[in-house]
Amino acid sequence: MEPLLKVENLRIELTTRTGVAPVIDNLSFELGAGESISFVGESGCGKSMTALGIMGLLPEKVGRIASGSITFNGEELTTASPKRLRDIRGNDISMIFQEPMTSLNPVYTVGEQIAEVIRAHQGLSRKAAWNQAIELLDAVRIPNAKGRVSDYPFQMSGGQRQRVMIAIALACEPKILIADEPTTALDVTVQAQIFDLLNDMKRQTGASIIMITHDMGAVAEMAERMIVMYAGRKAEEGPVEQTIEHPRHPYTRGLISCVPHIMSTISEERHALTEVPGIVPSLSDFGQNRCLFASRCNMVTQKCLEERPPEKPFANGQKAACWYAEEV
Amino acid sequence: MAFLQKFLIRTLYAVILLAAVLVLNFSMMHLAPGDVADTISQSMGGADEEVLAQIRADYGLDQPFLVQLGRYMGNVLQFNLGYSFFYNAPVTDLILDRLPATLLLVFTAQILALGIGVVLGVISARRPNGIASHFVTMLALFGYSAPVFWTGILLLIAFSLKIQWFPVAGMRDVTIEGGFFTHALDVARHLVLPVITLGSLFLALYSRLARATMMEVLGSDYVRTAKAKGLTEREVVYKHALKNSLSPVITLAGLQFSAVISGAVLVEAVFSWPGLGTLAFQSIIARDTPTILGILFFSALVVIAGNLLTDLALRLVDPRVGGKR
Repeated sequence: MEPLLKVENLRIELTTRTGVAPVIDNLSFELGAGESISFVGESGCGKSMTALGIMGLLPEKVGRIASGSITFNGEELTTASPKRLRDIRGNDISMIFQEPMTSLNPVYTVGEQIAEVIRAHQGLSRKAAWNQAIELLDAVRIPNAKGRVSDYPFQMSGGQRQRVMIAIALACEPKILIADEPTTALDVTVQAQIFDLLNDMKRQTGASIIMITHDMGAVAEMAERMIVMYAGRKAEEGPVEQTIEHPRHPYTRGLISCVPHIMSTISEERHALTEVPGIVPSLSDFGQNRCLFASRCNMVTQKCLEERPPEKPFANGQKAACWYAEEV
Repeated sequence: MAFLQKFLIRTLYAVILLAAVLVLNFSMMHLAPGDVADTISQSMGGADEEVLAQIRADYGLDQPFLVQLGRYMGNVLQFNLGYSFFYNAPVTDLILDRLPATLLLVFTAQILALGIGVVLGVISARRPNGIASHFVTMLALFGYSAPVFWTGILLLIAFSLKIQWFPVAGMRDVTIEGGFFTHALDVARHLVLPVITLGSLFLALYSRLARATMMEVLGSDYVRTAKAKGLTEREVVYKHALKNSLSPVITLAGLQFSAVISGAVLVEAVFSWPGLGTLAFQSIIARDTPTILGILFFSALVVIAGNLLTDLALRLVDPRVGGKR
């Protein structure tokens, strides 16, 4: 069966002062209907760029899809007209952003901002769209939805605003919901509520979710499959549990060992918390024909510096772009 | 309710401010050498000390400063701004007679400068390197650096004398006969050049600011959200971005209100526009203290009213200004 979303050999280039850098370098992945996948990685490794590329929202004149294809329901998006892309955005594929504080327009009521997307895609009347906005606010569990619908964003808390963003994103019952670090700006208890809400909404609408995060806990909670990105390339992909249990890429292993285990404080032996040494290479180093993680890897050999490692598939569905994936 | 309360408080502040302006103006005029007695004696072809003292006594100019100030304030409270010896008419009548012409000029210039400035700003912000953007930059440079009276005279020479599209001076053509519409059209024809002259300076300011804020807003998160909703480019720019970029421009327009009025003095002088500016110009030359004071008072009144209007406009554009809840 054809997957809902298929990304093949995607290359996204950013024009910077120093030149053109491939922020996404030869990325391929698939997303099935009703499936949840998670993109993991440090800041600046291309997670958000992937999302913006799918949405057709790369920064104008700076970013562009250089090659590769994105097919949604069998339709090629990289060559689609702006009009067609507008029809898809917010309707079939919608997105929640990282910063609920600034992602809502401060001078319009939340009701208007929800109703607007319904009017744009479903052609409902003002009144009907407004009523649906109230229902949606209720669905994302904002108490007294009828009273709050004419509030402005500045009258709401961060968690409430993110709920409003979710209501906007789900207003047209999209087939794919892209959540770009939806809980990063929120405090921990609110984070859990937002994850619960997203999971419930997914169950109700059957939407596929692409979750972008650097929080391993969120991955475990939200996704069935995870893709680990590093410096614009896919480092590893696999089912969440098995990948966390036995990562096949040194970077994945490093990321996982960064997460403190709640049980370890109770059991006698406490694992030392480790970090991945070094930082992500700068944009100008992206795209070189070598393993970009080599400078931070403790398994590095001459081979890693000379040639980009190909993706090695494993029997359980894991794939890792490391010369020594079997040994990790 | 809260809105009314705020409005009342603002009005109270305005009254206090006006009183302060009155005291300050009166004191400064008092400090300046020469008084009405000099002017009157000059117009009589000179007078000796005795007559001067008589005149001063008649007009209460021999009283201590504080007494004079108190009398003046008391009169102002009764809407009596004194009597102009130069025009032989009550100052209040003089001013009310000319105020409409100035208000017409000032508001037309201000509104047009705001409207056109914002539109130019938006157009140039959407294509920062386009022709329109360079045009706005040039216009801003020119409008801001050219003195108002110079622009005015240049326009006069070009469009009234060389190409006779617009009348040279005044506000009305007394030879014209017809109904209200004909007269309105006539005033509008007279209004064109003064408004362009006065507006160009502020158009420059507003278009630059609108361009800058619009560019900032276009890069904001909520504009990205609007795009992610699948809205059209027009909706994104004119619905989501524009309303957000208006606040700074409106604030600046409010702050510039006093500058518009002082600019009007020069423009009125150049075009013989029968407004407060011309009156101010003439009464300063004639050392007509009561008239000058009256004009200053009314200018302060217009500026304060303009600020209140700005405040109202800001509330309309940005719900956060009202401080709801």
